[in-house]
Amino acid sequence: MSNAIRELRKQSKENEKRMRREMKLRPMNKKSAATILKQEWPYHLMLLVPVVLVLIFSYIPMAGIIIAFEEFDSFKGMFGSKWVGLKNYQYILMLPDTMQILYNTIYIAVWKILFNLIVPITVALLLNELRNRKFVRSVQTIIYLPHFISWVILAGVFIDILSPSNGIVNRLLNMVGIDSVFFLGDNKWFPGTMIATDVWKSFGYGTIVYLAALTGINPELYEAARIDGANRWRQTWHVTLPGMIPIIVLMTTLSLGNVLNAGFDQIYNLLSPTVYKSGDIIDTFVYRMGMIEQQYSISTAVSTFKSLVSFGLISLSYFLADRFAGYRIF
Amino acid sequence: MKIRKSKSRKVFLFLDYTILTILGLTCLLPLIHILAMSLSSSGAVTRGEVGFWPVDFTLQSYKYVLNKKEFWTASLISVERVALGVAVNMILTVLAAYPLSREKWEFHGRSFYTWFFVITMLFSGGLIPTYLVVFNTGLINSIWSLILPGAVPIYNVILMMNFFRSTPKALEEAARMDGAGQFKVLWNIYIPLAKPSLATVLLFSFVGHWNDWFSGLLYMQKTENYPLQSYLRTIIIQQSLMSQNNAVDLKELANISDRTKNAAQIFIAMIPILIIYPLLQKHFAKGIIMGSVKE
Repeated sequence: MSNAIRELRKQSKENEKRMRREMKLRPMNKKSAATILKQEWPYHLMLLVPVVLVLIFSYIPMAGIIIAFEEFDSFKGMFGSKWVGLKNYQYILMLPDTMQILYNTIYIAVWKILFNLIVPITVALLLNELRNRKFVRSVQTIIYLPHFISWVILAGVFIDILSPSNGIVNRLLNMVGIDSVFFLGDNKWFPGTMIATDVWKSFGYGTIVYLAALTGINPELYEAARIDGANRWRQTWHVTLPGMIPIIVLMTTLSLGNVLNAGFDQIYNLLSPTVYKSGDIIDTFVYRMGMIEQQYSISTAVSTFKSLVSFGLISLSYFLADRFAGYRIF
Repeated sequence: MKIRKSKSRKVFLFLDYTILTILGLTCLLPLIHILAMSLSSSGAVTRGEVGFWPVDFTLQSYKYVLNKKEFWTASLISVERVALGVAVNMILTVLAAYPLSREKWEFHGRSFYTWFFVITMLFSGGLIPTYLVVFNTGLINSIWSLILPGAVPIYNVILMMNFFRSTPKALEEAARMDGAGQFKVLWNIYIPLAKPSLATVLLFSFVGHWNDWFSGLLYMQKTENYPLQSYLRTIIIQQSLMSQNNAVDLKELANISDRTKNAAQIFIAMIPILIIYPLLQKHFAKGIIMGSVKE
């Protein structure tokens, strides 16, 4: 993989050089504004509808975070309500649950990030060791599947199988002499259940990137290691793992942007008031405050805080990914 | 080529197969359990006899679901929404990706437009401002509220853009010589070449629209207008979580017999995904790798 990346970088550098050369040959830089418009108007035309839709549904809402600093009045609208400065934030800081919600969010999100790195890497390594193509293919087919099923359906599945009265999981636990566990209704268990079911849903899909990296390792390296007398373990240690480091570094840095994303789709569908203490997260709070209690300004104040912190984290992660793994989104 | 395997290697391989088999089963068994329950009598389910095979096989719960008008209405809304949504997504993805795939000297606005789209991946206005915008456009309760806010899927645009960029330019130049304009080049040269990536993007968009439950919940004020996933949320999850919290409630008794019916609805809602899954599997690995490991 590191070879592949180095190779790609080399290529793109060469491309750049070639392009610069070509640009010198063609006097493109000196095109007048009129020629540019004449030649390029179809591009602007193609982009017209996408740009208008993104402007309306992404950029106007971005400007709409202004209601976090207002006392929203539905008659006066987003841009006409009374300005109150940081009053909404003062109010939020006074709420008794704020710190708990922040803690729950980070706790669940960080454990999810960790396990969603470790489990897929391990499974990819385990799959990579096997030579039975049919078995490997079947396992892949099965473990990718949960990724494509919605959290509404999976919540239906988990509510049933984890039910304390006669869900199949507790029936099995009872059979080996363990008392029923209230997975979705006990604050001791709820966060762990969220982390486990999330890893269950996404670990298979997560292996794809690592498997791709593994097939990219140059077979000659294994050959060389074998000639040097390295056994399987040493080959894994000295060839496979170093080959995977770049992609592991990349995936780790990119997951940094998710520290405040505990997973709304999952938690909202599995949360009930008895487990608010351990399971209420920023996103569920934002939804409840906004859509149920109609406190638009308070809700937006919280979601704006999350957006800003996430923006910082994602920018940082892209910067680091570019620095250390040569990754660019475009 | 047969290489004699050492003892520790054999132990390792045995463990390897065992672990992966167990992981595969954990992914599959919950779904099989639901299927088995949907095909069992509610008595057997209540007594806790159903494992991974139907007990007292019956199609009763499927009959019940298929006779339920609300379930059909919601399914039809979902189908309509997927058809419209995927079409809109595909057209806009291609229209946005093609200009962005041009070189800087071919299209001077490229950087500006690319940033314009990418910024929306980094920062969002959040729930309420988005809701208020949709509300003010008058889309509430209309099927377009499920389609227009996410009409330009930026991730897919970047995927397509990278694909267009990797297409060789020779064909295009030939077409240019013959006097073809931008739209012709896109339609006659790039689209036919991009079929595999278009398939990937189409499948992602299909799954996204079919699985989305939140926009329905947010933008539809009446349950009759809910697409299937939002509808299922209200009938399955809300009831179950409510009854869980008052364990002594009599309602629970009624809910237990609902378990087979819920299982049937859960399974029916999974069917479209299961049908396109083989197709998906053929394409998404490529799609992801294209999307995540770029030069």
